[in-house]
Amino acid sequence: MQPMTTFRRDPAPSRIAYRMQRLWLTPLFRVFLRHGLPLLVVILFFAVYLGSAERRAHLVTSFDTLRTQIEHRPEFMVSMLSIQGATPDLADAVRGMLNIPFPTSSFDLDLKAIRAQIEGLDAVASADIRVVPGGVLQVTITERQGAFVWRTRDGLVLVDDTGHRVAGLLTRDARADLPLIAGEGADKAVPEAISLLQAAGPLAPRIRGLVRMGERRWDVVLDRDQRILLPETDPVAALEQVIELDQAEHLFAHDITAVDMRLPDRPTIRLSSDAYAARQKALGLAPTGAAKP
Amino acid sequence: MTDLYQSQRAMRNMRRAAMQRGVIAILDIGTFKIACLVLRFDGPGRLGAQDSVGPMAGQSSFRVIGAATTRSRGVRFGEIDSMAETERALRTAVQAAQKMANVRVDHVIACFSGAAPRSYGLVGDAEVEGRVVSEQDVARALAACDVPDFGAGREVLHAHPVNFALDHRSGLSDPRGQVGHRLACDMHLLTVDAAAVQTLLHCINRCDLEVAGLASSAYVAGIASLVEDEQELGAACIDMGGGATGLSIFIKKHMIYADTVRMGGDHITSDISKGLQVPTAVAERIKTRHGGVQATGMDDREMIEIGGDSGDWDKDRRSVSRAELIGIMRPRVEEILEEVRARLDAAGFDSLPSQQIVLTGGGSQIPGIDDVASRILGHRVRLGQPLRVQGLPQAATGAAFSSAVGLCLFAAHPQDEWWDFDIPADRYPARSLKRAVKWFKDNW
Repeated sequence: MQPMTTFRRDPAPSRIAYRMQRLWLTPLFRVFLRHGLPLLVVILFFAVYLGSAERRAHLVTSFDTLRTQIEHRPEFMVSMLSIQGATPDLADAVRGMLNIPFPTSSFDLDLKAIRAQIEGLDAVASADIRVVPGGVLQVTITERQGAFVWRTRDGLVLVDDTGHRVAGLLTRDARADLPLIAGEGADKAVPEAISLLQAAGPLAPRIRGLVRMGERRWDVVLDRDQRILLPETDPVAALEQVIELDQAEHLFAHDITAVDMRLPDRPTIRLSSDAYAARQKALGLAPTGAAKP
Repeated sequence: MTDLYQSQRAMRNMRRAAMQRGVIAILDIGTFKIACLVLRFDGPGRLGAQDSVGPMAGQSSFRVIGAATTRSRGVRFGEIDSMAETERALRTAVQAAQKMANVRVDHVIACFSGAAPRSYGLVGDAEVEGRVVSEQDVARALAACDVPDFGAGREVLHAHPVNFALDHRSGLSDPRGQVGHRLACDMHLLTVDAAAVQTLLHCINRCDLEVAGLASSAYVAGIASLVEDEQELGAACIDMGGGATGLSIFIKKHMIYADTVRMGGDHITSDISKGLQVPTAVAERIKTRHGGVQATGMDDREMIEIGGDSGDWDKDRRSVSRAELIGIMRPRVEEILEEVRARLDAAGFDSLPSQQIVLTGGGSQIPGIDDVASRILGHRVRLGQPLRVQGLPQAATGAAFSSAVGLCLFAAHPQDEWWDFDIPADRYPARSLKRAVKWFKDNW
């Protein structure tokens, strides 16, 4: 027979359970248990794991290995150098200079450095470097175009239209098609020289070259040892004035050695000694100072 | 005396700290059950603003967020009998309430019905210094009350200043700021047995809880179940508990008398148990399901199976009529009520302007008790339900929970007691100030 009333013991919590529940209801404790403790465990794990130098080294090594493996996948390998827009000589020079040991990983190529190296060559105006699909390192070179032959004390130098050195020349005949400039600092005034040559017009066939005087002004040297001395400022206008004079009065047909335009308001001509003597004679003057051109 | 003053002050500070935290627990330690409520204080604005009813007696500032009741063990006559058992029961109640509230409570306010409370009326007066009455004058008047010799081993549980008189004007509730020469005050002092209180405090402390207040359950039951005009005009609240029946008399919203009859529902149960020869648990069940105190002709025919698990057919098939049960219960109820009557008479309840009597507590749920009570106590008897407070579960709204609910109100708005007033300046020990100065000198 079942007992009529079964007395369940009152579910009194034990002291421990009671304290635990109170602890669990403490907000700070809950926050600590939920966030602080996992964080602590993670930190502890890493601290213990990374505490040993051997394991650290192993970690670094394995990372490096993985990195090398990825970098040396065939997708990232460069096996060929292709140079475009350069003369064969320049291309060979670039090849020789770069000297990349193919095949190599594209991660190992420092494209900026390579570009700086190529652009360091005088003959290269700019270089465009990229790794194109198929493992080709493509270098597209824009060469400098020679504009003048510059005669210096050390020899002949080919310069481009900005005055930058392109190459050395052994003989003037190698680039007979280019005008000649001379004098110290001539390369720095190349743009002016270009405008002078463009303004030369009818005198152009007679121009032997341009000489930079004292790094400040130009002399135009014509054949028959005639010179036009141009001023520092606005030499093109002065040259045009001389051309006009020549066309109007056939200036250079006369026996003169120089037209001095250094003072644009007062063009001066210098006669040759013969002409001077003849003039003195014709004017009935003593030929003093005739020998002073 | 000063010890208690200090400890009561400390409890008040603790209560203030708990209010600032916003969570406080209520422990009603009864003989039959231990109830624990967890209160959350939200401040007066939040709930009052949206509540169209408005703040009801000030209890809208808190909300019950956890409630638990457990069968009390180790408590007899409202006093702790077996500490370990009581502690376990307290733990059960507190843990369940905490679980429901999902907060940890550290501060509790407790009430108990036992420890033989005794009431004293005190009178004191003092000259008003200056023109108007200041806080210090009130303090001196309170301090001037000559404390009766209530004997060693007793401590003051409540000390309410119930009335102030300024010169010839009496019945002032707050004399501060008024003009007069001589301030007199009446104080109601309730003392309890110190050992019982110490045991209770120790028991609560063993549950890792801080006591933020103590109250007599007769007093808090009165707060909860007497309506405002009854408290104002004079009424007695009779809290019929399991092991003790508390009674408190209120007038002008102050308790002026409290006492306890050391008899209650448990005695009725044990009478049934003895009379019908059944276990206490069965007796309790029979009492709550079929109990009553007014027999009618119908009750002779209503037979109650009382059973028993002795294995003996005759014994297990017993049944009694409800009239027999009532015959067992009624004498004990009458005895309790007569004892209450005697206490009320001794207290001079007859001279009160209104003699309303309110029956509350678990024992008041016996059907027909109001008739019996009105026959013994007088005609103006009603059954009292505690006030409704926010968030209280339906199961805890009955008359059995009136002291728990009253304790909630007590926690939210305690009446000013003696220790809430300042110590009179001339009684401040000058030595302590000197000691403080010395300490500073020594340490800096």
